[in-house]
Amino acid sequence: MYAYDQYDQAMVDARVAEFRDQTARRLAGQLTEDQFKPLRLMNGLYLQLHAYMLRVAIPYGTLSGRQMRMLAHIARKYDRDYGHFTTRQNIQYNWIRLADAPDILADLASVEMHAIQTSGNCIRNISSDQYAGVSADEVTDPRPLAELLRQWSSFHPEFTYLPRKFKICVIASEQDRAAMRLHDIGIELVKKDGEIGARIFVGGGMGRTPMVAPEIRDFVPFGQVVSYLEACLRVYNRYGRRDNKYKARIKILVHELGADEYRARVEQEFAQMKTLGLDPPLAELERIAAHFAPPPYETGLSDAIDLSDRDFAQWVSTQVKPHKVPGYAIVNISLKPIGGIPGDASSAQIDLMADLAERYSFDELRVTHAQNIVLAHVRKADLPALWKALEGADLATANLDLISDIIACPGLDYCSLANARSIPVAQKIAQRFADVGRQQELGELKLKISGCINACGHHHAGNIGILGVDRKGVENYQLLLGGSGAEDVALGQITGPGFDEDGIVDAVEKATDVYLANRTEGERFVDTFRRIGMAPFKEALYA
Amino acid sequence: MPELHSLRDGGEAAELPAVTLEAFAGQSNATAVRIEPGEDARELLPHLDRIALVEVNFPSFGDGRGYSAARILREAGYAGELRAVGDVLVDQIRHMVRCGFDSFAPDQPLDSALVEAVLGRFPGAYQKTVDGIVPIWAKRHGVSHG
Amino acid sequence: MKILTGNDLATGDVVWWTGTGWSIHVDDAIDVGDKGEQIGKAEEAAQRVNVPYVIDAARDGTAVRPAHIKDRIRALGPTVRLDLGLKPADPTAGNWVI
Repeated sequence: MYAYDQYDQAMVDARVAEFRDQTARRLAGQLTEDQFKPLRLMNGLYLQLHAYMLRVAIPYGTLSGRQMRMLAHIARKYDRDYGHFTTRQNIQYNWIRLADAPDILADLASVEMHAIQTSGNCIRNISSDQYAGVSADEVTDPRPLAELLRQWSSFHPEFTYLPRKFKICVIASEQDRAAMRLHDIGIELVKKDGEIGARIFVGGGMGRTPMVAPEIRDFVPFGQVVSYLEACLRVYNRYGRRDNKYKARIKILVHELGADEYRARVEQEFAQMKTLGLDPPLAELERIAAHFAPPPYETGLSDAIDLSDRDFAQWVSTQVKPHKVPGYAIVNISLKPIGGIPGDASSAQIDLMADLAERYSFDELRVTHAQNIVLAHVRKADLPALWKALEGADLATANLDLISDIIACPGLDYCSLANARSIPVAQKIAQRFADVGRQQELGELKLKISGCINACGHHHAGNIGILGVDRKGVENYQLLLGGSGAEDVALGQITGPGFDEDGIVDAVEKATDVYLANRTEGERFVDTFRRIGMAPFKEALYA
Repeated sequence: MPELHSLRDGGEAAELPAVTLEAFAGQSNATAVRIEPGEDARELLPHLDRIALVEVNFPSFGDGRGYSAARILREAGYAGELRAVGDVLVDQIRHMVRCGFDSFAPDQPLDSALVEAVLGRFPGAYQKTVDGIVPIWAKRHGVSHG
Repeated sequence: MKILTGNDLATGDVVWWTGTGWSIHVDDAIDVGDKGEQIGKAEEAAQRVNVPYVIDAARDGTAVRPAHIKDRIRALGPTVRLDLGLKPADPTAGNWVI
């Protein structure tokens, strides 16, 4: 994975000094809250429901054991001994003191980490595929480009006061494991006439008005991606709406102009910007890519796994995925124990995962947008020992992509934007479906819960989605069906009137009953829904 | 009258009456013009050689359209004074300079010591833009043009 | 009744106006009537509170109960981690919020 050179380290250190100075001026009363707020947001610091919340960046979701240990240290020293992994591959701490924030950033900088631009109306953490570098279906590892773009977007002088936040995702396979089409800019690396380049989608997003990003350019060579993105961002900065916070994302601009007009304006800017020498040479991408060279895999390893232990076999069947190198496997660590808080991990669990990564996965971990962790390079021979270690720490739940593998935002328990609590709903649903056999019977069923319309829980992209609303001061939950954040991207459809907290759990169960009653061989929940439509579900839900 | 800060040689800052963009079109002798956030800086491109001062208004520091206006003008070769006016705070100065601004007329006075600290804080830059700084990627590969 | 709340600037603690100062316990909050905004502005200008605002609440014996569930969660702590809130040893705390 990427390692800072002296330039990168100097920039992060300068950022820490800058924020230390800004914080001091705020505490001394030289900056008002209105003046300070965008500055602290651009260092990931929110004033949230219980205290300041800090969102630390995990660039494209990849980090080392040493960095993971620092995240555990921060949880212990400055917070309440746990962290929350998010749907953008970052980590959040909920009980931070402003007075400590500069020291926390300094601690992060000591292990090449930061909280730069994890909030604010600027370019945010660039997300990517959690199986990058190890999946047979990728054209190339998407992370070198993601790193190049991380640097390009950091402290970008023209794009620091955009109309709204800006989220970019880079993948390199047809299969979309990162909800790429639901980003402001989604990039799919593709091959054309033997050359690898970027297919660019602009204008996706969730929230109040969910949209799937249309393709704006089918191929941009690596050597022009930066100037092309500059053109895309410049058009947004100049023409994006600033009159209404809820209409300020680029998806609204693309929708209102139409993709053709947006494309034309970008091409006009690009024609000029590509001549300005803005693009780094290919040697820079190659320099970064060298950091992502495959680890020293052993050869001649056995592909056999002893599945005689039933619990181990269960875990392998859901959590372990094929690796492109013989003898190796991709391991998914669930942060969704039944009845637990989705995406939360204690400092002890974080430390353990760091140790296991060092021991079993060439010292590298990934965070997924589904709020789980991936160890991408595990020898099959090590799977039993790894599983035993995870089991001892409540990290071995066998539920990847099953109904209890719920994506949930923090909701009203933690977030001042929320209208309803999401975590208790997730817990109750997981408990209702706790039986492993029952979950496997239902098969792939991606359930996503948001506590408000901002959709941080990605409910529009859930096979089953739940949206918490405030109905005259009482929490209420809407049910959506048929969404998908994968390459078969689709937005969920609302079923009808909402339910209370117990009602929504029953409603989910009724929806799964309809699926089981109607499915044909091999159909997943989302396939059956697409085939039979909303009517049978509506009938069962509101009978 | 807001205090003027200039980063130009000799600290000079033109004291010229800036007309609106709309008025500029009809006034062949105006040498100073002021752009509002929603206006198109490219309308000035045919007239750059007769302009000595472009003011770009920031009614609110969160409205970042002025950064694009400035950079567009510099990319087109504008060499005159480029002034950020309005809600200009010291924490935005560096980005403004990187986009080509060389003078400031802020609504609230700027602390010169803070301005200097802010401008000197970051040792490098990740992007090539109009300020002449050699970006980090260029330094890494011995590409010397700035 | 109307009560005034905000956050401590340096610590981020949720605080409630007691009439003479700021407390982390909502039960210490007093009825500010229609003076809340004025008090808040003065306290913020003096840097004794950050982002103050007024909410609805009701007296419940000696206790003060904010009218909206969001404010009760803010007063006590996350319902799913009451061990991290202000009354970790109180088994009825969750019921009070909900």
